[in-house]
Amino acid sequence: MEPLKIYERVKERFGERVLEIADKKPDPFCVIDPKSIVEVCQFLHDDPETSIDALSNESGVDYEDRIEVVYHLFSYRHRHTAVLKVKLPRENPSVATLENIWKSANWMEREIFDLVGVNFEGHSDLRRILMPEDWEGHPLRKDFVEPLEYHGISTVRESPIIRLDAGKK
Amino acid sequence: MSTLHTEEMTLNMGPQHPSTHGVLRFVIRADGEVMREAIPDVGYLHRSIEKIAEKVGYHGFMPYTDRVDYVCAMFTNQGWGMACEKLAKIEVPRRGEYCRVIAAEFNRIASHLLAVGTMGMDIGAFTPFVHALREREMINDLIEELCGARLTFNYMRIGGVAWDLPPGWREKALAYLDHFDPILDEFNSLISFNKIFVERLANIGVIPAEEAINYNLVGPNLRGSGVKWDIRKDLPYSVYPDFDFDVPIGQGQWGVVGDSMDRYMVRILEMKESVKILCQALTRIPSGPVLAKVVRNFKPPAGECQIRVESARGDMGWYVVSDGTGYPWRVHVRTGSFAAMGLIQKLSRGLMIADLVALIASLDVIAPEIDR
Repeated sequence: MEPLKIYERVKERFGERVLEIADKKPDPFCVIDPKSIVEVCQFLHDDPETSIDALSNESGVDYEDRIEVVYHLFSYRHRHTAVLKVKLPRENPSVATLENIWKSANWMEREIFDLVGVNFEGHSDLRRILMPEDWEGHPLRKDFVEPLEYHGISTVRESPIIRLDAGKK
Repeated sequence: MSTLHTEEMTLNMGPQHPSTHGVLRFVIRADGEVMREAIPDVGYLHRSIEKIAEKVGYHGFMPYTDRVDYVCAMFTNQGWGMACEKLAKIEVPRRGEYCRVIAAEFNRIASHLLAVGTMGMDIGAFTPFVHALREREMINDLIEELCGARLTFNYMRIGGVAWDLPPGWREKALAYLDHFDPILDEFNSLISFNKIFVERLANIGVIPAEEAINYNLVGPNLRGSGVKWDIRKDLPYSVYPDFDFDVPIGQGQWGVVGDSMDRYMVRILEMKESVKILCQALTRIPSGPVLAKVVRNFKPPAGECQIRVESARGDMGWYVVSDGTGYPWRVHVRTGSFAAMGLIQKLSRGLMIADLVALIASLDVIAPEIDR
C-alpha cells in the first residue's frame, strides 16, 4: 500500500486525531495527536490490511520551537513503509511508549530520552544509554552547550597546530 | 535432609574483555554457571557522530561515516551518499554504481570473514581465525589499491565514487575470486562441520522469526531466523536488480531454526553469494564516468528522507533532515547491532556464561555501530 493510502485509512478511522497529512517529497508523513499515538500504532499493527509488524526506526528531532518524535514503520508482509510524527512542546516533552507493541522501541526510546530528552510514559527501563549516567543535559538539543570538563577531565584541548608553533619560538 | 543453598553472584564482564568485540560491558547475575540475566551496558564508544554531522556539512561528513562501522565502512559511505542523493535528486552514473557494488561486496566478504573467524576464536578455536584473517588481508590489499585505505575507506562521494578502478585491478580481483571460492570449502571442512563447533552453537540462543521481527533484528540475524528478507532483493537499490543471486536463510539442519549455528551458516553462504555478484559485476561493468557533477557547496532542498542499505550487519537506516542550508539539521543512523544488543538481555536468561560469548559472536555485534 502507498504511504498516502495508509494515512487516509488512519484518517478515516481516527478523524480529528490525525492532525496533518503532508504529501511531501521524497517521503510523505503524517502527524498524529501525541495522546493517541499508541492507539494509532496498535491499529496499524493489528489491521490485516496494513499489518505493520516492525518499528524500523524511531528518532527525535529538535526544531528549536518544538520536539518531534518520528516513527518509521514497516510491514514485512506487505512491504510498505509509513512515517508517523508527533509534535511535542520543548518544555518537558512527553509521549507514551510503544514498547508494548514493538519491543525494539525499548532501546530506541532510551536513546531518544538520553540524547534529545523526551520522556516516554510507561517505559519499563528509562535510563541513559549512550551518555554516562551522571551527564547533564541532552546533547542533540540545539541549545546544548558542552561542559568544559567532566569529572576533572577537560573536554577541550589546544589546537595541535598552535602547540607546534609555540615549540618553534 | 537439608537442601543445598546456592548464592546468586553478580559478575562484571568487560568493558575491555577480549571476546566482547569492542568496548562493551555486561553485568551478569549468575547462579553458578547459569545466568539469570546479562544486562548490557553500552556507550563506551559514543563519539557523537550524529552531532558532528550537524557541524561539518554534507561533503565533510563522508569520512566520519567510516567510523560508524569501521568493519564495513563501504556501506556506511554508501548509506550517507544515497541519503544525500535522494534529498537532492542526483543520479549516480552507471559505472559509479557498479564501482560501489564491487567495493561494497568485497567489504561484505571481509566483514563476514572477520565475523566467522572471531566466532571460532570466541569459543576456543584459534586456527580458523588465522585462516579467515589471511583471506581478509588479501581483500584489504585489493581495497587499499582501490582507495588507499584498508579500514576507513572514504571511497564514496555524494554522486558516485572518488576514483575509478585502477588499471589491471579488474583482472586481479577476478583472480582473487577464483582463489577464494575453494577456500570457503576448505574453511567449511576445517571448522563449520566440526562436531565440537556444531555442538557449541546448535540450539544456543534461539530466536523465533516473530520475535526477530518484533525486536527489529536485521540482516544475517533475521535471515538466520528463517525470514527470507534482503534489502538488495526486496527493496532493490543501486544496480542490484542486474545481478542474479540467492538469499540464504537458516534451515535448522543442526538444531532449531534461528539458533547460533544458523546465523553462522547464513554468513558462510552469503559470502558465496557475494562472490557470485562480484563475478557478474566485474565482467559486466560499463564504461563511462564514475562521479556525477555535484556542486562543492552542496545544499539539498529542505525536506527529509530515510534510506535503507543492506550492510554486512543488515538493513542500515539513514534518516536525514535538511533545512536547505549546507549543514544537515539532523542525521540519525539506525544500525543492526543496536537492535541485536537490545535482545541479548532477554536471550541470556538461562544460558551458561560460556555460551554468552558464542551468542554475542553469532549476532556479530560491533561496538562502534551500537554507540556511534
